[in-house]
Amino acid sequence: MARGAEVPGLGMLAVFSDPLSPELARTLDLGGYRWKALASADEASDAEPGAGWSGAVVDCSGDSESGWAFARALRKRDSVGLPLLVLVSGAQLSDLALRDELFDDFCLSPFHPAELESRVRHLLWRIDGGTRPEMVEYAELGLNLETYQAYISGRPLDLTYMEYELLKFLAQNPGKVFTREILLSRVWGYEYYGGARTVDVHIRRLRAKLGEEHAGLIQTVRSVGYRFGQSRWGH
Amino acid sequence: MLDQHREYVLRTVEERGVRLVRLWFTDVLGNLKSFAISPAELENALQDGMTFDGSSIDGFSRVQESDVLAIPDPNTFEILPWGGKDAAEARVFCDIHRLDGSPFEGDPRQVLRRHMKAAHEQGFTFYVAPDIEFFYFETPEAGKVPVPLDNGGYFDLTTNDATGDLRKQTIRKLEQMGIPVEYSFHEDSPSQQEIDLRHTDALTMADSVMTFRLIVKEVAASQGVYATFMPKPLEGVQGSGMHVHLSMFQGDTNAFYSEDDPYNLSPIAKSFMAGLLRHAAEITAITNQTVNSYKRLVPGFEAPVHISWARNNRSGLIRVPVPKRANPLATRIEYRSPDPACNPYLAFSLMLAAGMRGIEQGYELPDEADANLFEIGDDVLAKLGIEQLPQSLSDALRVMERSELAREALGEHIFEWFLRNKRDEWRGYKTHVSNFELDRYLRSL
Repeated sequence: MARGAEVPGLGMLAVFSDPLSPELARTLDLGGYRWKALASADEASDAEPGAGWSGAVVDCSGDSESGWAFARALRKRDSVGLPLLVLVSGAQLSDLALRDELFDDFCLSPFHPAELESRVRHLLWRIDGGTRPEMVEYAELGLNLETYQAYISGRPLDLTYMEYELLKFLAQNPGKVFTREILLSRVWGYEYYGGARTVDVHIRRLRAKLGEEHAGLIQTVRSVGYRFGQSRWGH
Repeated sequence: MLDQHREYVLRTVEERGVRLVRLWFTDVLGNLKSFAISPAELENALQDGMTFDGSSIDGFSRVQESDVLAIPDPNTFEILPWGGKDAAEARVFCDIHRLDGSPFEGDPRQVLRRHMKAAHEQGFTFYVAPDIEFFYFETPEAGKVPVPLDNGGYFDLTTNDATGDLRKQTIRKLEQMGIPVEYSFHEDSPSQQEIDLRHTDALTMADSVMTFRLIVKEVAASQGVYATFMPKPLEGVQGSGMHVHLSMFQGDTNAFYSEDDPYNLSPIAKSFMAGLLRHAAEITAITNQTVNSYKRLVPGFEAPVHISWARNNRSGLIRVPVPKRANPLATRIEYRSPDPACNPYLAFSLMLAAGMRGIEQGYELPDEADANLFEIGDDVLAKLGIEQLPQSLSDALRVMERSELAREALGEHIFEWFLRNKRDEWRGYKTHVSNFELDRYLRSL
């Protein structure tokens, strides 16, 4: 059962939770993670994506014994050390002792969704930060900075190099208004041929390629410039 | 910058599983030429270019110096919207060079590049937006009058407009290729369409016009019909033109706009227009390059005949549209004689060269001709100093041949070849005995 925003290039999390905690599923989905619920370590091997699991979340607050067995099996199988987070209840805190080699981080369950999301994000960054493809995401738009590929609703966008660079800059700074001059100097990087009008031409081409449904991602701010997405505070 | 560009292209080819990269360029007459390379060759091509025998391309090399080099312009790299999911194809426009790396003078794209650069050195960027007209017909049979798909008229939106769906599909593909459309509608004649593109710099637009013509034809062919950019395919109804909206920018300022002028036209705009008007006849062989082009440029069919300008008079050669809400950025002029069968690189080059000549030499703009020129006698027009555009390809070639501006703007190579090639075309036409003659003379003489 794969869920979450379909962002190709972003890794897949192995999740053990029996029974599956709806709160956990929701938190991972909202965080934009792709994940798969697994019943056993064998299944983790069978269902492993081509690029390997990018991390694991093991919920020991339910069936604690199977949870730890799952974690141990993953550790044994994967000598490199898959980043692994365990969820334990308050009463299970003592279980952590003498199991340090089985996990990289833990979170108390019931958890605060924001805390769990931060821990997962940090876990992936700490263990794998340099090698994971860097992604820029906003709503249904995703840009894989390593492969230069952009996606909207899972569909690849065919962009020219400058269109890609402009979209990347905008998507990295959602909600901010930029003048044409700023965009020109930050994206084109030098006094370009066409002046700031070049920006207008490229914005139009981007909107055309995003398609009617998503063209509104890039908004014209009258007599100022352009804004990508919603203002962080306004909407 | 260029390295990142190349890297981006190579990576995209890999990620998207592109199987074939088409290298595009244009011959002197404006026909799209293409050869395909495999992705494995692309890195090499981007770096050093691909050699090919130019002697088989119209207007390219003479046989003794036949090899030329196509160097892809990575900024024009696009995935084609009709390749399959598993066999994506991409295209990239090329600049043609000599083997020593210098620009090849037979390459129309290099000609336009040279003009854009010259204008840029004087602080100007040249923007264009063409309104392109064309017809859909049933697949043509040799010697038969073409059959339109409908009998719709201007702006029609009824069952008459059988071609609306074709137009819609075409626009979707254009937008996928980064060619934004401003308007599209059914034009005046049966089965005639108009699609207006949003302005870009002239080089990008010339590339876009080439892509546009291909997409229109591809979509039509996929539906079992035929699209043509022939200027006057049907007698007695309007032909297809390519009105070109022109403006010049200095940085972010529209150099054509002036707040103080009653027409909102700056001195630069007026000199540019004066340049276009004074040299219009000399560049007509390029903007209207076929025998058939001159059957469009006749009175009574909304095509210009006289060398004049006006604000809201569609019989003139240059129209000055009134911008919405007096927007300074939208101030522009519309040059109305070109047809969609021209070579856009050369046509834009010559419009720019004529306009720039006006600016450099401070030409004086003649008075506006706001009457309907179709209704005024030739003697009155002559008194007003209003001349006509060339009446035939032969006339146009004769004026062009004497034009120092055309020779300089096209470069010796293209200038000579074009005149030679087009005189041949005229000779072929002149020796043809038409139905008109048979109907009129066979029995009576």
